[in-house]
Amino acid sequence: MPGQAIRLDPAIASQAAFRAVMDAMSHPGEVRTFATTVRAPAPLNPAAAAVACALMDFETPVWLDGPLAAAPEFVTWLRFETGAPVVAAADAATFAVIADPLAMPSFSAFALGSHDYPDRSVTLLVQVERFGEGEPMRLSGPGLARPRGFSATPLPADFIARLHVNRALFPRGVDIILASDDAVAALPRSVRVKRESD
Amino acid sequence: MSLPAYNFAYLDEQTKRMIRRAVLKAIAIPGYQVPFASREMPMPYGWGTGGVQVTAAVIGPDDVLKVIDQGADDTTNAVSIRKFFAKTAGVKTTTATREATIIQTRHRIPETPLHVGQVLVYQVPIPEPLRFLEPRETETRRMHALTEYGLMHVKLYEDIARHGHIATTYAYPVKVDGRYVMDPSPTPKFDNPKMDQCPALQLFGAGREKRIYAIPPYTSVVSLDFEDFPFERYRHPGTCALCGATDTFLDEIVTDDAGGRMFVCSDTDYCETRRAAHSPPPLAGEGQGGGSAAGAAQEASPSLPLPSKRGREEQDLKAAEHD
Amino acid sequence: MYVAVKGGEQAIDNAHALLAELRRGDPAVPELGLDQISGQLSLAVDRVMSEGSLYDRELAALAIKQARGDLIEAIFLVRAFRTTLARFGACEPLDTETMEISRRISATFKDLPGGQVLGPTFDYTHRLLDPALASGGEPPPAATATQADAATMPRVTDLLDADGLIEHSPLDTGAPVNDLTREPLLFPADRDLRLQNLARADEGFLLALGYSTQRGFGRTHPFVGEIRFGEVEVELFAEEVGFAVPLGSVAVTECQMINQFIGGENEPPRFTRGYGLAFGQSERKTMSMALVDRSLRARELGEEVAAPAQDEEFVLSHSDNVQATGFVEHLKLPHHVDFQAELGLVRSMREAFFARTELRTDPLEEAAE
Repeated sequence: MPGQAIRLDPAIASQAAFRAVMDAMSHPGEVRTFATTVRAPAPLNPAAAAVACALMDFETPVWLDGPLAAAPEFVTWLRFETGAPVVAAADAATFAVIADPLAMPSFSAFALGSHDYPDRSVTLLVQVERFGEGEPMRLSGPGLARPRGFSATPLPADFIARLHVNRALFPRGVDIILASDDAVAALPRSVRVKRESD
Repeated sequence: MSLPAYNFAYLDEQTKRMIRRAVLKAIAIPGYQVPFASREMPMPYGWGTGGVQVTAAVIGPDDVLKVIDQGADDTTNAVSIRKFFAKTAGVKTTTATREATIIQTRHRIPETPLHVGQVLVYQVPIPEPLRFLEPRETETRRMHALTEYGLMHVKLYEDIARHGHIATTYAYPVKVDGRYVMDPSPTPKFDNPKMDQCPALQLFGAGREKRIYAIPPYTSVVSLDFEDFPFERYRHPGTCALCGATDTFLDEIVTDDAGGRMFVCSDTDYCETRRAAHSPPPLAGEGQGGGSAAGAAQEASPSLPLPSKRGREEQDLKAAEHD
Repeated sequence: MYVAVKGGEQAIDNAHALLAELRRGDPAVPELGLDQISGQLSLAVDRVMSEGSLYDRELAALAIKQARGDLIEAIFLVRAFRTTLARFGACEPLDTETMEISRRISATFKDLPGGQVLGPTFDYTHRLLDPALASGGEPPPAATATQADAATMPRVTDLLDADGLIEHSPLDTGAPVNDLTREPLLFPADRDLRLQNLARADEGFLLALGYSTQRGFGRTHPFVGEIRFGEVEVELFAEEVGFAVPLGSVAVTECQMINQFIGGENEPPRFTRGYGLAFGQSERKTMSMALVDRSLRARELGEEVAAPAQDEEFVLSHSDNVQATGFVEHLKLPHHVDFQAELGLVRSMREAFFARTELRTDPLEEAAE
């Protein structure tokens, strides 16, 4: 088994990863660091790998972006650790894992949910290098007592515009979990985003 | 026949993942009811299976759990659920609202303001606010999709036409972040204003009806009303006979068969904390209100302190809370 | 001075101890063994397995014992255990044609290939309480089957189907069958989910609904094509070996109703089907299930949905006795917060009423005085 590590009780480990994601989703743009012993083969970073292990299983079809799909060791690891079926059709996925954010497809390539069932939409797990760098944005909406700044890198140049479109679709839309090596932050579809300079 | 060994917090990992995914979607779509594959739990439907499943999916070994029913930590069902988690998750439990990281509740929101990082888990019997207006799921789902909430306003207005005011006293419908109309669970409408811009995360679990929904921290929660008939927070105009609180939701205790009544805080932790802080405690009444039950409720009991200020404070409370 | 009620924990423990004592009953009387329950209250065990959705006679017997004979409580115990079990996969569809028959009757044909096999049934017993049974004693031995009884027994519906007289059984498309214990029940629900729901449904609820269709609330003109009860092999397709391997057998009752024909100008008339299946010998349950299954096909068959038994949201949302008993019985839990809120409202409305009518006292109270 590739990427093995000494693991805490998996029930406790996945609870910790989930709780970090839940906190992040509840406070958009707030960066949650968390320790994990989960290690995936390249190119997926540890925090993203821990989130994958905590949330994915045989009931969640997963779409992988180019660099991940082209890493057989990683694909084997994901299948072994989560049992999640890897699908080629982006719009059939419950989760999409993106290792190269700059090349990520448009949100509309994924399941956005329906008006009746907006929850039947993708969650994007996007790997970033760092938080606190990159184009600054201003977030507001549920989870935020007052507007707050947020940035992460790398992200597509038109990322804020994409988030605008996503918000306009509400209650449909995608939800995004961003993961650096040791931290996560989230941008749920409910978040309102402005360019910091606006 | 083999006897089972249970996982941390009872639920198996696959079930927890399923619930966790539903919780995340619920947070991302505030007020929308996410269908989930509710499991059969070792306690009956209607006794908190939804709340228990949500708590089991969220709780970790470092959490401190508080469970209340009707605001009280010592009601039988609260005791039973608290024991369940102490046993299956080995977590620390508390009755102190401030100390708890997760509070599971039935029918009340604690009087002590909640803080960031806390999770309030509600047990929900009927999650669909439109259910008693339209029994069909296919119809209510369409109404939510189209933001077609006229029926709810018609119902509330019919109340006004018939009774002179809105006759819903608990499970009073709210609108979350300006989009979804949501059932706050059968909390008294006194508690509704506490949901608005609450720093804690609020999660709602309906086990039998298989729905999870959420209000993220700092989210707008508005009780439905009309310009000419604004939402009014109701509270019995009285004082707690144990701690003297004049701003809490009160339980009515029947003290004898001659119409004697007394009122005490429904939130036992809040009441006990106040009594501990203000010793000696105020003299407790012995149900001295004579006459009919209605009379006792309307009249100030002679044992209640600060009767003259009470009316005014109640007015202020209403004025401050209606937004 | 008033002291708030405390000690819920001790009260709960004491209540449980008392319950255990009452369950045991008089210690001078020998305790019931699971084998006795399984062997001598076998139809109770069948019902608990069916509605508990778990084929395990011993566990069902334990549940019945633990529940003091309250079958809904026993079903609940079994369900709560079942939900913790890991899923290994889904078995191949049961082939009831190859059933090892204990009983098989048809109301639509006097005789048919394989014959009518009465088997163990209350049907023609005279319902007279039997004093001999009260004092114990062994019954006389029953006749054993002869070779002829082991003849093949084609399903009556297949015989009709061969002549095109009844709609085909739905084709097995190989699509995964839904499971409402793993996914939330959503509407409209397909027939697989409806049948699963009905198989787990409360027997009494289905009985009443089925009965209502016979009395005109959504008539379906039913005939019992066949009821068969016996053992059927369960097979699981094993990926490793590439074929289905037998896991053992289960006792099931299957009821196929032949109903109201369809067809007309553009298609030849033929009968329609209603289907019922349950673990063990559960004829009342499977017959009721078949009636309700057929009624719930109203939408699919272009019939007007007017009666309760045709309304899938009504039927499927209220059929589960574990859900129903929980929610009905939860009214025992304290509701004093909500009641207090209502009490406040009623009092203030009364006050307004009396102010309006300028009556200071309740006229009813006055009359009583």
